[in-house]
Amino acid sequence: MLLQQIINGLTIGSVYALIALGYTMVYGILQLINFAHGEIYMIGAYMGIIAITFFIYIGLPDISIALTLVLTFLAAIIFTGAYGITLERVAYRPLRNAPRLSILISAIGMSIVLQNYVMLAQGARDKIFPHELKIGGELIIADAHITYTQVLIMALSVLMMSGLTWFIKKTKVGMAMRATAQDRRMAGLLGINTDRIIVITFLIGSILAGAAGVMISMYYGIVNFYMGYTAGIKAFTAAVLGGIGNIPGAMLGGILLGLLEALGAGYISSEYKDVFAFAVLVLVLIFKPTGLLGERISDKV
Amino acid sequence: MGGGGALLKIDNIHTSYGVIEALKGVSLKVKEGEIACLLGANGAGKSTTLLTICGVNKPTKGQITFFSRTINGLPPHEIVEEGISLVPEGRRVFPMLTVYENLRMGAFVRRDKMGIEEDLESIYKNFPILKERKNQMAGTLSGGEQQMLAIARALISRPRLLLLDEPSLGLAPIMVEKIFKIIKDINKSGATILLVEQNAALALEIADYGYVMETGKIAMEDKAEKLLKNKKIKEIYLGG
Ligand SMILES: Nc1ncnc2c1ncn2[C@@H]1O[C@H](COP(=O)(O)OP(=O)(O)OP(=O)(O)O)[C@@H](O)[C@H]1O
Ligand SMILES: [Mg+2]
Repeated sequence: MLLQQIINGLTIGSVYALIALGYTMVYGILQLINFAHGEIYMIGAYMGIIAITFFIYIGLPDISIALTLVLTFLAAIIFTGAYGITLERVAYRPLRNAPRLSILISAIGMSIVLQNYVMLAQGARDKIFPHELKIGGELIIADAHITYTQVLIMALSVLMMSGLTWFIKKTKVGMAMRATAQDRRMAGLLGINTDRIIVITFLIGSILAGAAGVMISMYYGIVNFYMGYTAGIKAFTAAVLGGIGNIPGAMLGGILLGLLEALGAGYISSEYKDVFAFAVLVLVLIFKPTGLLGERISDKV
Repeated sequence: MGGGGALLKIDNIHTSYGVIEALKGVSLKVKEGEIACLLGANGAGKSTTLLTICGVNKPTKGQITFFSRTINGLPPHEIVEEGISLVPEGRRVFPMLTVYENLRMGAFVRRDKMGIEEDLESIYKNFPILKERKNQMAGTLSGGEQQMLAIARALISRPRLLLLDEPSLGLAPIMVEKIFKIIKDINKSGATILLVEQNAALALEIADYGYVMETGKIAMEDKAEKLLKNKKIKEIYLGG
C-alpha cells in the first residue's frame, strides 16, 4: 500500500514538476505568474490525442508503437512551444513596461481565451485517449503495481529535467538565462538579447508543459478543456513550495506535492485529494513564503 | 581610422526620465586612444550620459555616432556588438553566477572560443584574485574584487570603447590606486576610455581630456592638465 502510493505520487509529482518548471522559469525572469501556463499544458494533452488519432488513422501504430509515441510527443511539444511563444508575443511583450496589474490581467485573460478557444474548437465534452495506444503491462514489486505508462512518465520526466539542468548550468544560453533573471538590464549591457532569452524561456516552459499534458492524457486516459486550471494551480503550488524562481525547487516541489497528494488520498481520503494542494499553498505562503529552496522573498505579485 | 580622430561623438543629446530632463543638450567627443573623463556633482547627469550612449536610455533629441555610425536608437545588446562596453555604477556583477560565469557572459558577443580562452588566461594573470575565486559566486566577493570582476567582464568583450562609471566608489585608497593603474594599463593596450569620476584629482591625473557637467549640460572642457590647474575646478572639485 505504501509503496503503491509512493509510486503513484512520484508519477503525478513528475508531471507537476514539469509544469511547475514553466511557472518558475518565467517568474524568475519576468517576476510574472503566467496564469495561462496551465492552458498550455491542456493544449499539449489535446494535441497528444489529436496527433495519436491521426497516426492511428494512417496506420502508423501497426508499424511501430514506439515511433507513434515519439511522434506524438514531438507533435504536442512543437504545438505547445508555438503557443507559448505566441502567448509571450501577444500578451506579455507589449506590456513589458506596463504596471504589474495590467500584465496580471492580461495573463488571466489569456487563460480564459485559451480555455474557451479549445472548448469551441474541440467541444465541451471529455475526450478519451485512444485505447489502441494504451500501453498495457506492468511491473509488480512487492505488492505494488507499476504500469509501463508510469515507468514511461517517470523516465521521460527524469530525462527532461536532467536535460534542462544541464542546459541551464552548462550552455551559454542557459547561463544567459540565469544572468537575465538576476539583472536584466546588465545582461543587455553585455550584449545579451534579453527579449530572445525571454522567448526561449517561454519556449522551454511550454515544451515541458506540453509533454506533461501528453503524459497525463495517457495516464488518466481523459482530457477536457478545463483540466489546465486545477493542474495549473497545483503546479504553481509546487513552484511556490520549492521557492518560486528556483529551478531545482520546482522539481522538488512537484515531487513532494505529488507524494503528499497520493499519500493523503491513500491514507486519509481521496475525496479531499485536491484540498491538500491548496492547504499546502496556504501554509507555505503563511510560514515560508520563500519556499524550501528559495532565497528571494516573492513579494512581487 | 587614424589616431586622433573622434571615435565617439555625442551631439546635443537630450534625455528625460518622465518629466525630468536629465540631459539638456550634451555634446562631447572621445578621441581614439585617449582617456577622457567626465566630472560633475551628484545628479549632474554623468551616469545618464553613459546609459544613453549604451542605449539603455533613449535620447529624445540629438545624435550619437561611433566610428561615424549613428548608434542612438539601437538596443543595448547591439551597441555592445559595435564595440562599446560599460562598467556600470555599483558594479552589477551577477551575484549568483560564479566569477568564471560572469566573465563568460562578458564574452557573450564573441564567437571565437579559442580567443576567449586566451583572454581569460590573460585576465587571470592580471587579476590573480579572480583566478583564485573563479568557481565562487560573484556575490561573495568583496567590493574591490567585484569592481575588478566588473572591469574584467567588460574587457573580455574586447571593446573599442570602455565606459567606466565611478570605478573608485566605495573602495579603500589602496584598491582605488590599483583600479586606476589597471585603467591606465587597459588604455595603453589600445582601448579608448570614457571615465566618470567623483574623484576629480585622480581622474584628471590619468586622463588626456576632461569634461565637467553641471545639471545636464557640459559646463567646461579642456585638456586634463589644464583643468587640473583651473581655479574654479580646484575650488569645487579638488578641494581648494
Ligand atoms: N531612473 C531614474 N528615474 C528618474 N530620475 C532619474 C533616474 N536616474 C537618474 N535620474 C535623475 O536624473 C538626474 C541625473 O542623474 P545621474 O544618475 O545621471 O547623475 P550622476 O551625475 O551620475 O550622479 P551621481 O554622481 O550621484 O552618480 C538626477 O537628477 C537624477 O535624480
Ligand atoms: Mg552616477
